[in-house]
Amino acid sequence: MSTHVPEPDTETEEETTVEQEEPLAPAREERLREKGEARADREERERVDAEKRASDDDTVRLKVFRFDPEVEGKQEPRFDDFHVPFEQGMTVLDALIHARDTFDSSLTFRHSCRQAICGSDAFFINGRQRLGCKTQLSDLEEPVRVEPLPHAEVEKDLVVDMEHFYEQMESIEPYFDADELPDGELEEQRQTRENREKVKMSTRCIWCAACMSSCNIAAGNNDYLGPAAINKAYRFAMDEREGESRKQHRLNVLEQENGVWRCQTQFSCTEVCPKDIPLTEHIQELKREAVKNNLKFW
Amino acid sequence: MYEHDVIVVGAGGAGLRAAIAAQEEGADVAIVSKLHPVRSHTGAAEGGINAALREGDSWQDHAYDTMKGSDYLGDAPAIETLCQDSPEEVIQLEHWGMAFSRDDDGRVSQRPFGGLSFPRTTYAGAETGHQLLHTMYEQLVKRGVTVYDEWYVSDLAVTDESRPEDRTCHGVVAYDIQTGELSGFRATEGVVLATGGPGQVFDHTTNAVANTGDGVAMAYRAGVPMEDMEFIQFHPTTLPSTGVLITEGVRGEGGILYNADGERFMFEHGYANNDGELASRDVVSRAELTEVNEGRGIDDEYVHLDMRHLGENRIVDRLENIVHLSKDFEGVNPLEEPMPVKPGQHYAMGGIETDENGETCVGGLYAAGECACASVHGSNRLGGNALPELIVFGKRAGQHAAGKDLGAAEIETGQRGEYELGEVDAPVEPGEVEPAGDAVADGGVAADAGTVDGHDVVERAIERERRRIRALMDREEGVQHAEIRSDVQETMTRNVNVFREEEGLKRALEDIAEARERYGDVFVKDPSRTFNTDLIQTIETRNILDLAEAITLGALARKEFRGAHWRAEAQERDDDEWLKHTMLSWNDGSPELWYKPVILEGENKTYEPKIRSY
Repeated sequence: MSTHVPEPDTETEEETTVEQEEPLAPAREERLREKGEARADREERERVDAEKRASDDDTVRLKVFRFDPEVEGKQEPRFDDFHVPFEQGMTVLDALIHARDTFDSSLTFRHSCRQAICGSDAFFINGRQRLGCKTQLSDLEEPVRVEPLPHAEVEKDLVVDMEHFYEQMESIEPYFDADELPDGELEEQRQTRENREKVKMSTRCIWCAACMSSCNIAAGNNDYLGPAAINKAYRFAMDEREGESRKQHRLNVLEQENGVWRCQTQFSCTEVCPKDIPLTEHIQELKREAVKNNLKFW
Repeated sequence: MYEHDVIVVGAGGAGLRAAIAAQEEGADVAIVSKLHPVRSHTGAAEGGINAALREGDSWQDHAYDTMKGSDYLGDAPAIETLCQDSPEEVIQLEHWGMAFSRDDDGRVSQRPFGGLSFPRTTYAGAETGHQLLHTMYEQLVKRGVTVYDEWYVSDLAVTDESRPEDRTCHGVVAYDIQTGELSGFRATEGVVLATGGPGQVFDHTTNAVANTGDGVAMAYRAGVPMEDMEFIQFHPTTLPSTGVLITEGVRGEGGILYNADGERFMFEHGYANNDGELASRDVVSRAELTEVNEGRGIDDEYVHLDMRHLGENRIVDRLENIVHLSKDFEGVNPLEEPMPVKPGQHYAMGGIETDENGETCVGGLYAAGECACASVHGSNRLGGNALPELIVFGKRAGQHAAGKDLGAAEIETGQRGEYELGEVDAPVEPGEVEPAGDAVADGGVAADAGTVDGHDVVERAIERERRRIRALMDREEGVQHAEIRSDVQETMTRNVNVFREEEGLKRALEDIAEARERYGDVFVKDPSRTFNTDLIQTIETRNILDLAEAITLGALARKEFRGAHWRAEAQERDDDEWLKHTMLSWNDGSPELWYKPVILEGENKTYEPKIRSY
């Protein structure tokens, strides 16, 4: 089992599961492959949709991870089955909401916007980190297995402790800090369209922690900054408006033992990112920046 | 008990801006929010921020457009404040590093939006809210402001003098969602409510599940009037199956609406002969539903929004997020086919009555953003005017709460200035179903008269909340909140929608009264203290009930057609009778309806009501 439930009497953070490592692939091939997969996904979805409409038994079976540290019967982690009536276009989040509102009001999970922007509902669905609201049931094999994000402490059911993720995000000084601002009333800093384009993908992060959960390095080393935090650093490092002194300071953080050099370019983060951010590429680019930065001081 | 100078409730755009402003005034400030800040629904805003930044534009033109868009129900001092302050606030965001879309000369881009006389909507792709929210949260982290996230504020600690205008707010009571701890948060200088909209009152909404109108309901039960609640904006372009928003920016960039017969109905059926698709949102929503009702809708439900002619490059450059949303949530690739769209609940123009400094009639209590009503939007909000409201009034509320002198407000709050009592022919008695006991624990019963010590006021509020939660948790059986909530959402969507008629409004009030009755038997099944969302949603449902009732009462009382409020029985705007704000006071459980005049006198001019056509 890949889900980490806190042991009452131990403080070890040891992980027992290491997932199969993905073979290395150059970024470009990776993207092409993903595109092909997305197309295949769509075709598959249409087929399964049609099948589901045709079948008489229009329910989907969900197997949902349950755990509550203080409720008798839930202290031992278990899976509950829910049979949810299928409607076309239904997402995993829709199914969870239905199960909670109809069958068991104690079923607990974070969710808010329902449109892949609040980043609350990243779960481990059929063995992969995905956003519940953005995952069509028709894309999945049954039973649909929904678990909390691996490599994070489970608080209850599908809710994990996000504190560590937030701490890593904030450790890279994730804020813009210009050296000086233009004088004059309503005077803005200029930014080229190209530079805005350069940072665009990195600014799309919704802090869902899917990447961090998928990363083997982060799983084995709690001090590793992780893909989301490094991507946040990239967002400022590449922004031509950012001040030099903050840039330099941030680069120093990234160069530390638990910064960019820990990444082993396995691409698992890039694969699970629901916003299609090329995380691994960004980390690689920052490694090059770090090298250049060191040469500068020689 | 925690203690800070200023407590901000909610961490979306208005809350973050308020916290930053209060801290810059030297206050020790903390945010208490049921969501981590980056989860806030500001992040879902797509279109942009209106600001008169460029040659040829002026704040006066922005104010004129806004007043016209409001159908002359906005208050001029609030509108002018918004339009004067918005440019510097937008530049402030740019200075904080926000990733705006850029023109070739490197300056921030602006685009046309509905109801605007100048392309003044500043944007970041079709994800302006996401960029704004994250930029402000970054600045909050930089300043080290304390955030109590996943703490649910369930009540305000307000004194109980008989007139709300004499009361003072000393803090809030909040429930730690992670541990089940109930605690007081004393605010020695002020409390700023920034809790967002009430979209969950309806079932087809662009709003998040968290948008349950908590701040509005809490302030209402503490004595602050709700203003203009009947004015609900139905956005004309939401995806039919989920309510996910498709930005007005699509039409701003040139997107076209078609009916089932392939007609460009905004022009061909004469709904807006000048502005067509870029007429104000209320006009376009009614046009779409009229098309559907007259048999020209697609699948009798929706119309088409086509942007293919803009070309892939322009779409990907300026509206990329729309391609993702349409594919992911409707299964339609808008580069290849038109998107199905229909009106959906989007925004509440009304809310907690405040002046242009964000202050309510209760001392030390402020509100900003969608939960507040200053009033900037009157009976209809223009696209691109919500985000500047967050930053302009969030900042002012934060500053004022921290003690900065912003000058005397021109808008009077509470029953202090000119006002008249109103009447409404309701089929059932609104308000509390029975005298509030512990069972349904009315959030508005305040501390004993004569209590002046702030600490004691907060202590008593904690005790009251503890009893309320215990009552909800102890009950072994009864009704569950989800059932009540969905009944309310259903009747609101059926009867208090774009087109409203007396009979339907009365039916909704009966349904709401019945739901209130059943809420008396509500129980929380989950016994856990850890992350008990069953309990949180049960408390939220109480807030939904109060808001649904206020929206419907206002809609029944206002017998005219103004802005977003359409009445079958009264098809004209009636300035002689209705150039006034609808006010509703909780009045200790027996809601009182009253009216106060609209302020049309601006700094240098008076806005004369004109026929509103696009």
